[in-house]
Amino acid sequence: MALVSALALAVILFAVLAGPFIWRVPINEIDFAAKLQGPSWKHPLGTDDLGQDLLSRLIYGGRISIAVGFAAMVVAIFFGVLVGAIAGMSSGRVDAALMWVTDLFLSLPQLPLLLLVIYLFREPVKGVLGVEGGAFVLIVAVIGGTRWMSAARLVRAQFLSLREKEFVEAARALGASRLRQVTQHILPNALGPVIVVATIDVAAAIIAESTLSFLGLGFPSDVPTWGSVLRDAKDYLDIAPHWALFPGALIFITVLAINFIGDGLRDALDPRRVL
Amino acid sequence: MQVHRVSRQYVIRKLLIMIPSLLGISVVLFSLLALAPGDPFDELATNPAVPPEVRAALRAKFGLDDPVWMRYWHWLIALLQGDWGFSFVSRMDVSTLIMQRLPVTLIVIGASQILAIAIAIPVGVLAATRPYSLFDQVANTFAFIGFSLPTFFTGLVLILVFSIQLDWLPFVYRADIAATGWAFYWEHIKQSIMPVTVLGLFQGAALVRFVRSSVLDVIRLDYVTTARSKGIGERKVITRHVVRTALIPVVTLVALQMPIVFSGAIVTEQIFRVPGIGSLLISSMLANDTPVVMGVTFVSACLVVIFNLIADILYGWLDPRIAFR
Repeated sequence: MALVSALALAVILFAVLAGPFIWRVPINEIDFAAKLQGPSWKHPLGTDDLGQDLLSRLIYGGRISIAVGFAAMVVAIFFGVLVGAIAGMSSGRVDAALMWVTDLFLSLPQLPLLLLVIYLFREPVKGVLGVEGGAFVLIVAVIGGTRWMSAARLVRAQFLSLREKEFVEAARALGASRLRQVTQHILPNALGPVIVVATIDVAAAIIAESTLSFLGLGFPSDVPTWGSVLRDAKDYLDIAPHWALFPGALIFITVLAINFIGDGLRDALDPRRVL
Repeated sequence: MQVHRVSRQYVIRKLLIMIPSLLGISVVLFSLLALAPGDPFDELATNPAVPPEVRAALRAKFGLDDPVWMRYWHWLIALLQGDWGFSFVSRMDVSTLIMQRLPVTLIVIGASQILAIAIAIPVGVLAATRPYSLFDQVANTFAFIGFSLPTFFTGLVLILVFSIQLDWLPFVYRADIAATGWAFYWEHIKQSIMPVTVLGLFQGAALVRFVRSSVLDVIRLDYVTTARSKGIGERKVITRHVVRTALIPVVTLVALQMPIVFSGAIVTEQIFRVPGIGSLLISSMLANDTPVVMGVTFVSACLVVIFNLIADILYGWLDPRIAFR
């Protein structure tokens, strides 16, 4: 299953990356004569209410959606590993305080918080970084900033057990500094489960971005992402179902593939799991 | 299984633990609000009819020049007294507005959780009693598909099939149904089917895998072998001995998933136009109605904390070892 998924994801990634060089129809070419058409040779995935070509819009949108997914994952894992490592290495008050904050963030409802941050900070960030860049940075920051907790708890648990192991003790006895112990000895051994969490985080971040765009609070609707195309399509479900089905199916297949890959990695990286 | 009483001390301790988390949530929300640029008196600044002295006096009156901690204190006191501000758009108190919308959301969330549990427990238990069988693999695949399908897409597909193609169910949720008696309830049930299904299937998919692994953990314990060797039938061993123990961690998971359920509720309310707090949140965001936005966010955070508390108490009731520790 994981191999099939890896293949499917590779196909989607290739299509999204190489697509614009092969399929050269511009994303914003308006053609009212061809609006709301189903799939045809001229427009393989049909057109939307302005007659814009869906294939090129979805290729462009896929670039953004997947880029957001990976970037948000990097942010989340970075903060998660940082917090988890600090909590795992220092015991006592620092550890307790960091874990309290982690639990607090875990109990916050994620989507309302995401929406609130975007609502409050949308305009100023747009002013500094431009419409598209601003939306990208803001969305990546908030998705990453609300998803670091599971990685943090995992890294902390790994650190707590690893730092008492003999090989770390040996390094300590040889006079390795704390930083060296962490970066050279503990972190590499804690990485397996972190990779699994990171994989699943990519999928969750893609869903989060699509949800935001679908609700109209993510990317502005002139920037096609899979979520915002779906948002535009939802009012035309009765006359142009293809318009909603293609972006939805793309989100679904991408997320499903990433989840299966994560599951496969978990099996591969966890030798203890028998049965 | 003997039912014991949860000690009062345990409940009080859990209630006391709740207070710092609620305070923490209020600090997070307030700092977001305080950090966000934009000033309620910006419009006055550009209005030539308002002299600068008046503006300064207004700022002083509403405490905008106070240090941050004092503003937080005033805000918190107002929040506790039930003064949640006034909605610019609906022209009514935020607390009244939220109270009007809250029951619908709670009903939809509650019904979908019940549906999720009703699907997840039998499927998860069956899958765990026959690990790696065909049934297990099919269930596992469907669970994966279930939580990889974004709720907004499932919702649209359901609308497409059941409202547009088959024309069985209405796709807009209406609060003003002009029927009475049974017809009234029937209409309500009919319009709730799709939102509840979307949320319930999503939740259920995530739960199935958890129930399965929880049952697998328990089924290998010695006391289960003892029960079997006493000659108790397999069905009875599973229902009486295994499931009861295995469901204890599931209770926690159901509570821990409340934040995700709320996210899902916002999306489904938006798709099916259910008049709950989720669609209130989105519409007030699109209308720049900040007091309502803050209120709804705080309410949903509080609800999550309360559900965690309920789970803790249930946990103490189901597992006496926890409460007497």
